[in-house]
Amino acid sequence: MPMSNARTHFAAGIRGGLPFLLVLIPFSMLFGVLAVEAGLDLGQTMAMTALVIAGASQFTAIQLISDNAPLLVVLVTALAVNLRMAMYSASLAPHLGKAPLWQRALIAYTLVDQTYGTSIAYFQERPGLGLRDKLAFYSGAVMAVCPLWYIFTYVGAVAGAAIPEEFALDFAVPITFLALVAPQLKSLAHVSAALVSVVLALALAWIPFSLGLLIAAFFAMLTGAAVETWGPGARPREART
Amino acid sequence: MNGWTDGQIWLLIAGLGIGTYLIRLSFLGLIGDRELHPFVMRCLRYVPVAVLPGLVAPLVVWPAATDGQPDPARMLAAAAALMIGAATRSVIAAILVGMAVLYLGLWLI
Repeated sequence: MPMSNARTHFAAGIRGGLPFLLVLIPFSMLFGVLAVEAGLDLGQTMAMTALVIAGASQFTAIQLISDNAPLLVVLVTALAVNLRMAMYSASLAPHLGKAPLWQRALIAYTLVDQTYGTSIAYFQERPGLGLRDKLAFYSGAVMAVCPLWYIFTYVGAVAGAAIPEEFALDFAVPITFLALVAPQLKSLAHVSAALVSVVLALALAWIPFSLGLLIAAFFAMLTGAAVETWGPGARPREART
Repeated sequence: MNGWTDGQIWLLIAGLGIGTYLIRLSFLGLIGDRELHPFVMRCLRYVPVAVLPGLVAPLVVWPAATDGQPDPARMLAAAAALMIGAATRSVIAAILVGMAVLYLGLWLI
């Protein structure tokens, strides 16, 4: 692969991350606003956003702090929300696992829904892509997404100006996740997995600590793999990935 | 304000930060350049469509903003985002149409 390719893929990574900013910027500002409202000071708000960088779990933690839940419950619940990232880590390991340890340590730190989502789609569409180019794309996605996450949390925390409720930003999160998933529904196996995920997640929503979602995701994953293996139009393994 | 002390909040931040980092590092850090079994690979291909729809479904059906009451505007917006995303394969188009339908629905309904 020519050297210039890495730059091309880095730029592609930035472009891959950019669409998320539309939602991520108001989302991070909202976190800043709500964290301060819940009683965290500016330092605590920024420390949480910089150390955790996982919106869903940060909002979970803030919500439970406001509800005055015990420390251990907040910790376990927020971590359960993040358990899906172990699957992201496993999913990226075949692509980026050959990188040196210090690079993998940085990859782990920046592994969020958005950098994962855009990177895995890019890698799966280009089976021949080399490690260097994959790292370039991933770095581009990180550069597009992560710095603005910190900056706009700060803006939200300092401004503190409540975003009016009629903007319905609560729903920017589901819309973003749906927009990310929809283009991936490209085979019967993918659609089956998504359906199992939705049905089980709703049926198991009563299980505490988000464990219902983890169970739903596990069976949805097996469903996808099973339909790919035995369902109609199953393709030989060598042709993919 | 709430009943939390500063120390407790810092403890939570540290625990959440370290725990989340270890979750992220898990496979990337341990496995390194070892090859994964083909069945594991096949399963992993479906991780995104296995996790995200389940994460979204309760938020769509029981939105926190309406205290968990099903809301037609939010459901229409979710359906629009899903359909536009599947049809155009464009994330940004799906987000824009989804939010537009949401605002239109909240305004009309």
